[in-house]
Amino acid sequence: MITLTINDQEVKARKGWTLLEAARHHGVDIPTLCYHEAVAPSGACRLCMVELKDGDWSKLVASCIYPVADGLNVYTETPKVQNVRRWVLEMLLAACPGSEEIATLARRYGVTTTRFATKSANEACMVCGLCVRVCEEVVGLSAIATVDRGVHKRVGAPYLKPTDVCVACGSCVTICPTGAMAKIFDTVRGEPQTKLTQLQA
Amino acid sequence: MPEQQAVIDNTHQRLQSAEDLNELRQHLCDRVDPNRPEIVVCHGTGCMANGSTQVTEALAAALKKAGSEAKLMPGIKTTGCQGFCSRGPLIIIRPQGLFYQQVKPKDAEEIVQQTIMQGKPVERLLYQDPKTGETIHTEDEIPFYKMQQRVVLHNIGRIDPSDIADYIAAGGYQALAKALTTMTPEDVVAQVEASGLRGRGGAGFPTGRKWRSALQAIERKGRPVYVVVNGDEGDPGAFMDRTIMEGDPHAVLEGLILGAYALGAQMGYLYVRAEYPLAIKHLEIAMMQARAYGLLGDNILGSGFTFDARINRGAGAFVCGESTALFTSIEGKPGNPRPKYVRSVEEGLWGRPTVLNNVETWANIPLIVNKGGDWYADLGVPHSTGTKVFSLVGKVNNVGLVEVPMGIKLSEIVETIGGGVPDGRPFKAVQTGGPSGGCIPYSLKDTPVDFDSLTKAGSMMGSGAMIVMDDSDCVVDVGRYFLRFLEEESCGKCLPCRLGLTRLRELLDNFAKGKGSEADIDDLISLSEAIQDGALCALGSSAPNPVLTTLQYFREEYIAHVKDKKCPAGVCKDLITYTIDADACTGCTACARRCPQNCIRGKKKEAHIIEVGDCIRCGICLETCKFKAVQVD
Repeated sequence: MITLTINDQEVKARKGWTLLEAARHHGVDIPTLCYHEAVAPSGACRLCMVELKDGDWSKLVASCIYPVADGLNVYTETPKVQNVRRWVLEMLLAACPGSEEIATLARRYGVTTTRFATKSANEACMVCGLCVRVCEEVVGLSAIATVDRGVHKRVGAPYLKPTDVCVACGSCVTICPTGAMAKIFDTVRGEPQTKLTQLQA
Repeated sequence: MPEQQAVIDNTHQRLQSAEDLNELRQHLCDRVDPNRPEIVVCHGTGCMANGSTQVTEALAAALKKAGSEAKLMPGIKTTGCQGFCSRGPLIIIRPQGLFYQQVKPKDAEEIVQQTIMQGKPVERLLYQDPKTGETIHTEDEIPFYKMQQRVVLHNIGRIDPSDIADYIAAGGYQALAKALTTMTPEDVVAQVEASGLRGRGGAGFPTGRKWRSALQAIERKGRPVYVVVNGDEGDPGAFMDRTIMEGDPHAVLEGLILGAYALGAQMGYLYVRAEYPLAIKHLEIAMMQARAYGLLGDNILGSGFTFDARINRGAGAFVCGESTALFTSIEGKPGNPRPKYVRSVEEGLWGRPTVLNNVETWANIPLIVNKGGDWYADLGVPHSTGTKVFSLVGKVNNVGLVEVPMGIKLSEIVETIGGGVPDGRPFKAVQTGGPSGGCIPYSLKDTPVDFDSLTKAGSMMGSGAMIVMDDSDCVVDVGRYFLRFLEEESCGKCLPCRLGLTRLRELLDNFAKGKGSEADIDDLISLSEAIQDGALCALGSSAPNPVLTTLQYFREEYIAHVKDKKCPAGVCKDLITYTIDADACTGCTACARRCPQNCIRGKKKEAHIIEVGDCIRCGICLETCKFKAVQVD
């Protein structure tokens, strides 16, 4: 067993756990969007940032990927952690106005408005990549991928052309934390005879 | 050149031992007649863009025409970048060392007739010091070169980069032969540690320590281990690594082979951005030649050590210069960085221990092995040993490539070597470290240029781009420029970078439009800190640096934008007005004729006026006016 502190409480953790796993095991709240037990963590959304401190030294790390180690001092609610979280949530409110899930999460952390210009009201995807990872790691198909880079990055079938690799298993729709995948699911498969709504019924 | 070809053909056989290499070198040196004139033409990318290929052709034609009249037929040698890019195309006539600049193909005949045949310089092609007006004959007397200390660049501008014989004659592969015959791998690592060399790619991590950690990782995990060259130089205004790869490709290769020997690697990769076609070409030629000579591949110099390397071309992504993104790119996946909580020396390429060093770092290794770590440690200053190559660009007279000892004052680089700002005014700031670095203001012009002093000033060494700015550069605009660049170049994986850089740029856009208030500066800082703390890789976490340093040193300029609705540098279009000074205007009508809005009124030979309502502030009138009558407020 590994011994570390989380918010000054000494806790035990299994070797190989991440800080997030250790924190959740001990009931410490850390928000996440791009994390799911079913797939390997990627550290994309940065909502799970925690601060490591050792004397004067401190550093912010993504708890979903940082491995536990003996003697770590982990803090989940420092001003720096809150600053990152607050800005990410505020920017997400503007980027994904169509996601009720994001609005709820933001409200939980006290972010209810955004100063930034919002995207089209329907937009819900924050390109966390969970759908892509589940399709690759669990389904084993890689029918979808992230396309382009930087501000243009988005989820779709390769080259944004409809693909028949997709078997309509719906894993991506289920794992999507913002409800965005349901909105583009049919476009990935071109003009499917059975739409997602019929599948779900 | 037929004669040179013969040398290569004669010896076109594998070198079986270090003695073979020495014999070949002796043979090559004996063939050189020190009195035979040589015309050295710069074929760096800058000079080639200015037409140096045509100059070479014209010189060859002129020599052919002169034929037997020339007592000693000179050779023409094409080299890598000689550094003084703003004066290109450059040629040097050896052995006199005559330095000709801005040479045109039509000058070729005169150079051959006058300099080669009669031994007299062509006066108008010589460099004239703009400060003293003095005409300077040779390269080493020019202030731009005089203050430099060329260590890594010692071969560049002297050897033909596409000819291994030239490199060997200049002492190339001696370090490799020395290491293979007289040093253990451990000795090589120890010399690199003793040299104090720090990574030239930006962060300045001690190279010896990196190698040592890799050895420790190998002890735990076993081999294979990989050695990798990071040639994905992408900072705007940076061209140090390109110059080294183009001008002295064997030095990079030799460094890599030495690293492979030290670590026991059998395979190496050179990751070079595809936008550097000449660098890739020269590296390919160099590797082909090195293999043919038995300096790369199986049983190098008969020592039993086997190592080979290959070139991977980057596909135009700035982020692939980041180590983990570079590895995923070599692995054939999209170039997305991965979290670095486990270091690359432990889990790098294909999850194996990997040593990744920058081009300039690798090129230093042969020198360190040859002359010893202590020799290198004596160069520069403690904690930042050796020399550093910088590309000097922006509002500076002598644009080009310079190599200086670490610890030199910033002002010495910009003002003495660089010749200062074109019209003699002081510079406003120097952006070091590219988009990840920061602006150092004129008030800190005596800052020593070394890793720690630059970091202390809020900037960073970075890979070595130095962008000089004067009072016509607006800090808000500079921040927007770098953020726009990084927005496009972000991989888009993590939210603070993908969303944050755009939002930060939008906040700056507001400043450029005079919108918002002083309080918005707090938002700029707070969002910048969130991006620094939150981003996944160094591209994102260093992206706010230009904004934060300009806020630190030029806060009042930001305030002027929102409080007085003025852009003091006269750059931000929404905040400036063009007017014509009636006393200075001669009524020449030049501005009125070129104005795309037709909003300049006035009769011939009478003062003109700009109708501000229609003006789009394009600045064409300002450029056009010869009488400095157009003013910007």
